[in-house]
Amino acid sequence: MYTEIILAGFGGQGVLLIGKLLAYAGMRAGREVTWMPAYGPEMRGGTCNCTVVLSDAPIGSPITKSPHGLIALNLPSLDKFEDTVRPDGVIVVNTSLINRLPRRTDVHVVSVAANEVAIECGSAKAANMVALGAYLGASGVAEPEQIKTIIAETFGSKPALVTVNQAALSRGYAAGQAQVGAAARG
Amino acid sequence: MAKKLMKGCEAIGEAAIQAGCRLFFGYPITPQNEIPEYLSARMPAVGGTFVQAESEVAASNMLYGAAGAGCRCFTSSSGPGISLMQEAISYMAGAELPVVIVNIMRGGPGLGGILPSQSDYLQAVKGGGHGDYRLLVLAPSTVQEAADLVQEAFDLADQYRNPVMVLGDGLIGQMMEPVEFTKSIRPEDLPAKPWATTGAKGRKPNVINSLYLEGAKLEAHNWALAKKYEAMTRDVCRYEAWHLEREVDVLFIAYGTVARICKSAIALLAEHGVTAGLFRPITLFPYPGEVLAQAAERAKHLLVTELSTGQMIEDARYHLGKHRPVHFYGRVGGMIMAPEELVTKALTLVGRQV
Repeated sequence: MYTEIILAGFGGQGVLLIGKLLAYAGMRAGREVTWMPAYGPEMRGGTCNCTVVLSDAPIGSPITKSPHGLIALNLPSLDKFEDTVRPDGVIVVNTSLINRLPRRTDVHVVSVAANEVAIECGSAKAANMVALGAYLGASGVAEPEQIKTIIAETFGSKPALVTVNQAALSRGYAAGQAQVGAAARG
Repeated sequence: MAKKLMKGCEAIGEAAIQAGCRLFFGYPITPQNEIPEYLSARMPAVGGTFVQAESEVAASNMLYGAAGAGCRCFTSSSGPGISLMQEAISYMAGAELPVVIVNIMRGGPGLGGILPSQSDYLQAVKGGGHGDYRLLVLAPSTVQEAADLVQEAFDLADQYRNPVMVLGDGLIGQMMEPVEFTKSIRPEDLPAKPWATTGAKGRKPNVINSLYLEGAKLEAHNWALAKKYEAMTRDVCRYEAWHLEREVDVLFIAYGTVARICKSAIALLAEHGVTAGLFRPITLFPYPGEVLAQAAERAKHLLVTELSTGQMIEDARYHLGKHRPVHFYGRVGGMIMAPEELVTKALTLVGRQV
């Protein structure tokens, strides 16, 4: 098993956090993992991304020019990374903020209105969890229950946040499974 | 302690704690700010002291004082800050003080940029400060190795009474990987330092100094230092040989995180039917040149790759001789080579159409 994922969005949307959750889940599953943020001259409200690599063998490069997966939380992220995704890869599109679908026809696409779904779950801030759930549902690279456990540990001091974020993850997961699921998993 | 997911910078900070270090002096600079950030909370929690100095010049001279008093201490910075510390580093080498200096390299020269680079190799390995001295320089390639080498750096500094530099790049500082700390020592269990200025009541005073006005005395001091560097060369040379148990078409020579990118390229080259291996110096001074020369004998093409315009290649060429070409691929300015770029370069070397 070897998967590279780029997670991208506005600063503040929580892409670094869901990248960390994914890396934690990989580590708990006994895998080698790397998490690498783009730490250049980023600014508040600007774009932000990180790269997560999950592997059964020691990981070489922690960055990639051709990921297997892309989570795009805003339009600039989709514009920047859409063409880099490998054929047969997975792209999660947050249709709440992205008014177009990927042009690519050789990838699996999950489109999910992450912000609206997150609001239904109790907080607009959980849109990142919806998107992460959608990616997991489509790709199967980590178990949602594992991520939920880590969410509970991470937000343990604020039980209300645990419920909201876990619910958002589940809603996203269901969407990912329904739209892509078995197809992307082969 | 179980495996934790940590940034390289945080792991470096924790490694210092686990090595029994209780003093940190530093001044902020990207991309190593997570080291002081981590230690600003962690040092007080274990009864240590964290000092954000007024400048790198001050921080490095605080290091001189604390090391002279026999305390395990360290600092971290990045290129421009390390330049400001060079005077104190030379003095610490001259006064034979055991300190650890971490340089998380960014692009230069001057203010340069904040993105990853390997631009300070020559500064670290060939001097940087004035005078006839050497630092022992260690270059980690993973977060786990960064933690292990930082712990070991303190032991080596004490063993040789010499400043030790851990030379990482922005990638290793910012990346998160699983890390485990298996060794831990308390400050009170560290070996005694009878040479330190700990109060001279009842004994002859110890002197920490680098001033030798008489030529003959300075010459003796210089040769004593040289002997120490020879001993390091004999006893501390470290390297990793990757897929070199066979003859190879292409031998990559790289250190730090670039070596990881080579490993990805080596896997891709196998799909093209090209055999490749990696020689990764872990100690940059002393440079494992003799082993490199042996590895090169079983390789058709030699390719040094760095995040610089060509610095480590000078040491590689010195050991590989002038009779065969040593090729180079570099990226600079914070740009990082993709494995595919190295594949293309390697395929060109073996005469394949790309």
